[in-house]
Amino acid sequence: MILARFLGPRVIVLVAVLLAAAVLVPAATLALPASSPFHIPAYLVPLIGKYVCYALLALALDLVWGYVGILSLGHGAFFALGGYAMGMYLMRQIGSRGVYGNPILPDFMVFLNWKELPWYWTGFGEFWFAAIMVVLVPGLLAFVFGFFAFRSRVTGVYLSIITQAMTYALLLAFFRNDMGFGGNNGLTDFKDILGFPIQAETTRAGLFAASCVALALGVLVVGAITRSKLGKLMVAVRDAESRTRFIGWRPEYVKLFAFTVSAVMAGIAGALYVPQVGIINPGEFAPVNSIEIVIWAAVGGRGTLLGPVIGALLVNYGKSVFTGLAPEYWLFVLGGLFVLVTLFLPRGIVGTIDHGWSALRERRRAARAEKGESMGEGGVSSQAAE
Amino acid sequence: MMTMDQGAAPQTEGGEFVVSPHPYATQLRTERLAREAALGSRRETLLYLNGVNKTFDGFKAINNLSLVLERGEMRAIIGPNGAGKTTMMDIITGKTRPDAGEVYFRGEVDLTKHDEPAIASMGIGRKFQKPTVFESHTVEDNLALSLSGSRSVLTALLHKKSAADAGKIDEILATTRLTDKRKRLASGLSHGQKQWLEIGMLLAQDPELLLVDEPVAGMTDAETEETARLLRDIAQKHSVIVVEHDMHFVRELGVKVTCLHEGSVLSEGSIDHVSRDPRVIEVYLGR
Ligand SMILES: Nc1ncnc2c1ncn2[C@@H]1O[C@H](COP(=O)(O)OP(=O)(O)OP(=O)(O)O)[C@@H](O)[C@H]1O
Ligand SMILES: [Mg+2]
Repeated sequence: MILARFLGPRVIVLVAVLLAAAVLVPAATLALPASSPFHIPAYLVPLIGKYVCYALLALALDLVWGYVGILSLGHGAFFALGGYAMGMYLMRQIGSRGVYGNPILPDFMVFLNWKELPWYWTGFGEFWFAAIMVVLVPGLLAFVFGFFAFRSRVTGVYLSIITQAMTYALLLAFFRNDMGFGGNNGLTDFKDILGFPIQAETTRAGLFAASCVALALGVLVVGAITRSKLGKLMVAVRDAESRTRFIGWRPEYVKLFAFTVSAVMAGIAGALYVPQVGIINPGEFAPVNSIEIVIWAAVGGRGTLLGPVIGALLVNYGKSVFTGLAPEYWLFVLGGLFVLVTLFLPRGIVGTIDHGWSALRERRRAARAEKGESMGEGGVSSQAAE
Repeated sequence: MMTMDQGAAPQTEGGEFVVSPHPYATQLRTERLAREAALGSRRETLLYLNGVNKTFDGFKAINNLSLVLERGEMRAIIGPNGAGKTTMMDIITGKTRPDAGEVYFRGEVDLTKHDEPAIASMGIGRKFQKPTVFESHTVEDNLALSLSGSRSVLTALLHKKSAADAGKIDEILATTRLTDKRKRLASGLSHGQKQWLEIGMLLAQDPELLLVDEPVAGMTDAETEETARLLRDIAQKHSVIVVEHDMHFVRELGVKVTCLHEGSVLSEGSIDHVSRDPRVIEVYLGR
């Protein structure tokens, strides 16, 4: 109850819906016969699971962009790093089932004539180690990057540009074969995860449920942060950064905290994404991916918690439908969407609804106050008449 | 006893025992005495500016400015546009670094070596010329964020509202006459109310020194008088520097006045003295 009051009804409802989905969608695909109207075809499960990962990524971006005003154009990098950490684990699980049958080395290393595993691949045979790296690598990169950027008071467009440069630099690095991450082709041909065959319907249902739970946890974390005093401070930094400084706060640390937490969330989203799509390659670092995340959040409504989740689901559903029809035009549609939202729906879907709602309430309150006043006057005059 | 003590010879110097005769300790002590001697005149001051200079792209915004504020004093600063009043506040609060000169707080803290949050935490609060409040927060939350206390990010994350904080907020709301607006968003306040909220945020910090830049700009006459009353109230417990163009308001404050012109002090004294000064009349009042 206390938790519910602290987090607000919106967070509670969203978490409940996600947990219900985590149970019902796997049930609908595994337990219901294909003839049932509620049956969900197996091929749809990883697709929706992918959307859920994107929603978590959009939520991560919302924490920094919506609440602290940091427009990161490099969040795809944290997502991809989390994905690579998971991919490395999945590669090591292939074992001798690869094309070259080498029990230790992934195929691409055998192909490059490498004799032993590079030092930075050690440990990735264990799930727990990979899981730690999923969190640690994006978190550490964000921390170091943020430490220097925020301390030097890089803000606004300049910050956006260097985040974009960061993801671009990583893109170039991961394209190189000698980096040891599979170069151009990335990591793929995964066989199993935690001993379960990765293509099996039950495994996919499990991954879907895990994605929903991760998103629910993300919603709880962002909800708790933004409702705390620190959350209010974040909004204060977003709206009047120098004011916070003159009352003794250090906005650079507020930003660093949000940026690091957000990068960790993005990394987790990437790690859940990779086993569901079956591949991770340097394309995930592409600058345009990071820009897409911004568009999801903008469409849904930044700084609303619910908005980016809805935005990510809607835009990606639209993308799936549209790329089925005319794939070459998708980027134009996406760009057009961004322009339209910026011009006509600057608060995004949820932000616009919220705003309309509170304006209505304000008007009602004003009307009631007016009525109350005239009643009060009436009371006084009738008293005077007595 | 007496003779023994003299024999054991812990030397006395100016009636004070030197606890350890170690040469390093003696050196430290000499250094401390030298430092205190150098402090000299500024030792008792709250704010001490001496020979401060600041040039922006060849333009001397602050020119050999010297100004001393006693502890507990309220001072009004007047002067034409561009005289350097705001720049002076920027220098005191660490926003702008002077090219040369001394800026000391409480006689010993060199403010030029610290940044804005550090200076704010030392006890110097500031109201901007353009009222700056957190527009998307309620009046109450604006004050809560300004309350003195820990400025650590993790403490803020785990912060719980306390009755003591609520009491302080109630008190400030009453002082600034914003009690019935406490749940309103700051963006919905009138210009004058925003000025008061910003002063309230200063009070919440409970600073030793308040720098208040043009608090009555855009206020009605009634509001201006209220503000003068509010500032006189505040000055009971705090030291204050008020920058203002409104001479009527400055007269209301009834404190020592400094007139700045082209980055240095043109005239200083009582309001009558300053407003009769022919140089002040020429550059400021007479226009
Ligand atoms: N950051 C800056 N860069 C360049 N010039 C500046 C800067 N800050 C102030 N100045 C210049 O320094 C001069 C003094 O400005 P300041 O704002 O201190 O004046 P003021 O006395 O507060 O005037 P007003 O009464 O108009 O507020 C002005 O000419 C201003 O243009
Ligand atoms: Mg000014």
